[in-house]
Order: sequence, then structure tokens, then C-alpha cells
Amino acid sequence: MSGRVLVGVKRVIDYAVKIRVKPDNSSVVTDGVKHSMNPFCEIAVEEAVKMKEKKLIKEVVAVSCGPQQAQETIRTALAMGADRGIHVEVTGKDYETLGPLQISKIMAALAKKEEAQLIILGKQAIDDDCNQTGQMTAALLDWPQGTFASEVSLEGDKIKVVREVDGGLETIKINVPAVITADLRLNTPRYATLPNIMKAKKKKIANMKPADLGVDITSRLEVLRVDEPPQRQAGVKEHKHGARNLAEGTL
Amino acid sequence: MLLGLTPSRRLLSHRHCLLQSRSIKSENTARSTALDSVLSAFRSICGEDGVSLGEAVRQQHGKDESVHRCCPPDVVVFPRCVEEVSALAKVCSNHRLPIIPFGTGTGLEGGVSAVTGGVCFSLRNMDQVLDVHQEDFDVTVEPGVTRKALNAYLRDTGLWFPVDPGADASLCGMAATSASGTNAVRYGTMRENVLNLEVVLADGNIIHTAGKGRRPRKTSAGYNLTNLFVGSEGTLGIITKTTLRLYGIPEAMVSAVCSFPSVQAAVDSTVQILQAGVPIARIEFLDDVMIDACNRFSSLSYPVTPTLFLEFHGSERSLEEQVHTAEDITQSNGGSDFQWARDAETRNRLWKARHDAWYAALALRPGCKAYSTDVCVPLSRLPQIIVETKEDLIENRLTGPIAGHVGDGNFHCLMVVDPNDPEEQREVHLFTERLARRALAMDGTCTGEHGVGLGKKALLCEEMGPMAIQVMQRLKDTLDPKNLMNPGKVLQPREL
Repeated sequence: MSGRVLVGVKRVIDYAVKIRVKPDNSSVVTDGVKHSMNPFCEIAVEEAVKMKEKKLIKEVVAVSCGPQQAQETIRTALAMGADRGIHVEVTGKDYETLGPLQISKIMAALAKKEEAQLIILGKQAIDDDCNQTGQMTAALLDWPQGTFASEVSLEGDKIKVVREVDGGLETIKINVPAVITADLRLNTPRYATLPNIMKAKKKKIANMKPADLGVDITSRLEVLRVDEPPQRQAGVKEHKHGARNLAEGTL
Repeated sequence: MLLGLTPSRRLLSHRHCLLQSRSIKSENTARSTALDSVLSAFRSICGEDGVSLGEAVRQQHGKDESVHRCCPPDVVVFPRCVEEVSALAKVCSNHRLPIIPFGTGTGLEGGVSAVTGGVCFSLRNMDQVLDVHQEDFDVTVEPGVTRKALNAYLRDTGLWFPVDPGADASLCGMAATSASGTNAVRYGTMRENVLNLEVVLADGNIIHTAGKGRRPRKTSAGYNLTNLFVGSEGTLGIITKTTLRLYGIPEAMVSAVCSFPSVQAAVDSTVQILQAGVPIARIEFLDDVMIDACNRFSSLSYPVTPTLFLEFHGSERSLEEQVHTAEDITQSNGGSDFQWARDAETRNRLWKARHDAWYAALALRPGCKAYSTDVCVPLSRLPQIIVETKEDLIENRLTGPIAGHVGDGNFHCLMVVDPNDPEEQREVHLFTERLARRALAMDGTCTGEHGVGLGKKALLCEEMGPMAIQVMQRLKDTLDPKNLMNPGKVLQPREL
């Protein structure tokens, strides 16, 4: 067992920003807009770092795919306690069409290359809400998956995962190696402190391209149009009689 | 001098609020006609959506979290930038309309009540964090940014803004009231942490109190205009930007709890911990009544005696030393049951009592409302004032558990009052006046954190003395000769 955990971290528009659609309806405005690590990825990093602090695993590797700015996101993961980073460089049109299928191929390739025993991802990204990358990665690797995890415990060569599902909580035990996706209540991510940010500057980030991993990142999807949700209309005051009729007229 | 009770200081129920606001509206019909002629001017400045006459919106903007009744403005405007604020102010100035700045409405002294009607400037649409300077430890924010929003924004930088008054208040509003919080003993209050302000004056002119864009960590340039406006509670100008001093997020935190046989023992420990040079971050005092309430509310089992809640910030090694020193000191003062915790979950459990104090106090008498008093005295006088205040509470059969930022000599009695019992309300009001005068007699202040607002104008006069009040009045007259900026707050109306 390598004791190595891969954590995927995605750079997204910050959750507090008001999203605006570009006038040509091609996508949302990203220029000059605050970006930060996807909140579910923060939870994933925190879980991995906690495991390392408990000495259950040996090394946490943070991975991000994207342009130069993805390195900022990796640095945040390093400041939270990850040991080293891998930046898979994807730019321009390729980056605009980058989605879960390509990411999962990259993660699978890296997992084999790094001999990872665990991959922890956020359950979904707050920009596309796809909720697919973890599941696809597990399928490509033919590994078990513990998704929507609200509790994770390593028990020898198995992992116990408590999952948040529609009906409540489901507890499963899966073999290692495995893919876990982090849900909201898994933990509360730590803030990066200044001394840790300073230390993180010295940690290594390896650079590579998808081609170096033998991954084809051509997209099978084409975004046709992006629209804002319809504007909320003002409410209409129902006249008292009108309201009674409304009630009588209900099915 | 307006001493004693006035009708405006009665605690009224919601129904009374609406009746009162309707009568204010009819009193202000003269003003209403003047208002109609300016509404088109407002709309041309802020847009159709930026002006509201809706009753619900006006009600929302006429009250805060104090016990003062709702006094809705005649109109609420929503400017989007400082130029709009300036243009609106000019219109108000030309038509002699009162201007009431509004941040988040989380104040505790009625600071947003439009007692003579007028125009509420709701600044929530100006909500940008501008210019984070990580290496310089400063940031500039607009009034719509709250302290939690700022700290969430800064989370990747390793910096935070530690002034924590409890509520998720607007930072510019916190500057206007010179807010403080549980962290003040280590990080200071707004007075120490505001480097620069952009202010729109009553005539619409825009000034930068330390010069435009300037943010040196210290300066000796000219009169300290920044700290003139900090704490002015909207009576001298509208704050549209504030430049704040930031601090590094602590590497690690430890929380601790300790019980004491007496108030004196708890305060002595506090003084000695500070004298020992421990850079303690929070040191909170809860009296026996409060601890009892917390035990019952949160199913805890703390000993029912004066208790200190402590929090230490620092590196792992310095924390060990800090906790060790503090523990020794508390033990030497008869402290017992010293518990401490490093990890977040246990820390939160230890401090749960303090965090839920407000609700625990309310739970003592379901159906009642709570009002927080706020006085501050030199540390050495704290045991005496708390003991005398507790005697006062018992003698007058009032419910008032005590929680305090004992490291600053500041404490609050959470007065739990039946809103339908005017006699009890009168008693509470008299109690708070006695408490304030007790603090003044001990070289203290009638308001440590919450501000003067509507209810403490007379006490401010007693505290400052006539000559200082005269200077304040002259400053007010110079900056706001028409008395349009938040009338009825801080300073007494002048005798004619």
C-alpha cells in the first residue's frame, strides 16, 4: 500500500459572486470575477489532511486541471496541508469544454501513475453541478466508490463510508483502492493560515499535459446556449372574492 | 435637559408599532408633499428600482435589533455607488429631508429609527470588496459587505478581520457605531482598526478621512478625521467605504473554561493573566445566573458559580505556554474545573454555553423579550460594579443574567422582560439608568460597544460634561448645519 491519496481540486467562480451571463449567451462572465476552490473540494482536501494527521495515510497529492491560475487552487490545497501538487495544463478552447469525462480519464491515469490507494473528490462542482467525475473515475479504474460521504473511516484494507442518500443515511464498506466523493457534512475545512501559506510556497507542483498521460480531452458535448433563469415577476394581489373562487376552482 | 422617561423609550409591542407609524405618517403630511416633488429626482438618480415607498420596506428600514419602536422613514433609496449617494444627499439637503444611513439593521440602540421621518439610504447594493492588499494587511470594503462575508472572501489569503460583535453586521455600520466584540482584548475595536473612510457629508461632498486611497499603518498627518467619524452613528456623514486593518488567521486555537468561587476571583485572574503578558484572545465572564440558564438550555453541567471562558490564539508552542500560565493563575485564585481543548469540535462544545447565552437567557422566561445593557468600567472596578448590579437585580426582582468581555471591563446584563407588562418595562428602564450611572461614578462609560443611539443621549451629557458636549455640538453644527444627518441620535436637541 502506497499510503498515497489523490485529491482533485477545481477552480470555480467563488460561491458568493453574483453570476452574470455574457451578452452573447455563450457562457458566464469569468473575467475579473473572484475565483476560489470549489467548496466540496475544500472538504475533500480537509478529509485527506485529517487522515494524514491521524497517520492513516502517508501523502496527500492535490491535482487540478486548467490554465495557469489552477496553480493558485493547488497552492491553497498545499496551505491546507497537502504535500505536493500536480497541475495538468489545459488552456483555451480545450479548457472551456473540459468536463467530468475528461477529468475522470486524467484522474484515472494519474491514479495508476502515482499508485494511489485512495481518490477523494468533491461530490460536485458548484459551477456545473455535474456530480459525475467521482463516479466516472471509479468506473474507469474499476474501483469501488463511496459517494456523498458524510463520514469516512479506514478499517484495515477496507473503508467504511456513511453516505447521505434521499432516504437518509446508508453505511457501506468498500475495498481499497477506492474513490470517495465528499458531501457537505463530512467535515469543516480549515482556513489556510499565513505561516502555512508561506510553507506551501516551498512545496512542489509538477506540471504536465493531458497528452503526457495519454488522455484525449476532446469533448463529446457542445454547449449551445446559456441563459439566466427567468426574471421573477411581481406578485399579483388577489381580490378577496377572487381568492375564494380560486380555492373553489382547485382540482 | 431631557432626563427621565419619555414616551419614545417605552417598549412597545408590534401592534403599537404600526399604530405609531401611521400617526407619524399623518403628522408628516406636510413633509409628504415635499417628498412627492423629490421622488422623481431620486428615481432619476437610482433608477425606478432604487426607490421604495412600500410599507413593508419602510418598516424593515425603520427598526434594528433594539427594543426601540419602529420609526419607518418616508422613503427608502438604494444607491449603487458613492456618486449616487452624493447626488441623493444633495437633493435631501436642498429639500431639508432627514438622511438615515442603513447597513444591516443589526444595531442595538435604535440608530436607524427615522424619528422625524425622512429618507433612509439603504447601502446594501454597494457590496464590493475592493483592493485586498495581502502584504500590507489591509482591505477596503463598501457598506454592503458584512464581516462574515469579508472573512469568507479572505479565507484563501490567510488573513481575517477579527472584530466580532456577534451579529453579521455591515463593516461600515460597525465603523459608524465603533463596534467591538469578544476579541477586543487582543485585536482592539473598530477605533483601532479603521485606517481610512470615504464619507459623503450632509451637503453631498465626498471626503476621504485619511486622503484618497491612503493606507499607511500609522500617520500623524492633520486632525484625526477617521476617528471623528468612527462612532458618529450616522450623525456626521454617510460612510461609503472603509479601509480596515487585517490580521493573520491564528495558526491554532485553544479554548478553556474555569469556575471561580466569586466574581472577585474571576476578575483577579483576568487582571493577572493580562499582567503576565499572555496575549489572550477572548476572556468572557458568565455569572452564576447565566451559567445556570446555560446549563438548563444546553443540557450542560457547569458548576453554578462565576465562570470564565478563555480562548488563546497562536502557534502550537506558544499556546502550550499561554494555557499553562493561565491555568496556574486561575488555580492560585481559587479556580477549579479548568478544562481546555484544542480541536474544533471540543472547543465548540466548551464554548457552547457562551454562544447560546442570549437564547439561554430568553429560555428562562418563554414569551419574553431580551434587552442587553452595555457599560464599561476600568478593570479594577469590575468586581464592585457586578456585585452591586446583582444586588440591584435581586432587590428589584428582575431577570438579568450577566455576560461580559471581562478583559475590557465591559459587561452586559441580558434583561429578560415581559413585553406586555409596562410596569416591569419601567422597572427595567430605571434599572438600566441606575446601572449606567453606577458605571459613570466608577470612571467608566454608559456604553462600551453599542453606542448612544436614541436612548442614552442624556447619559452621554452626564458622561462627557457640558464643555465636551458643546464641542461635539459645534462639530455637528459645522458638518451638518441643517441637522439632517440621522436626527435624534447621539446629541440632545438643542434648547431654544
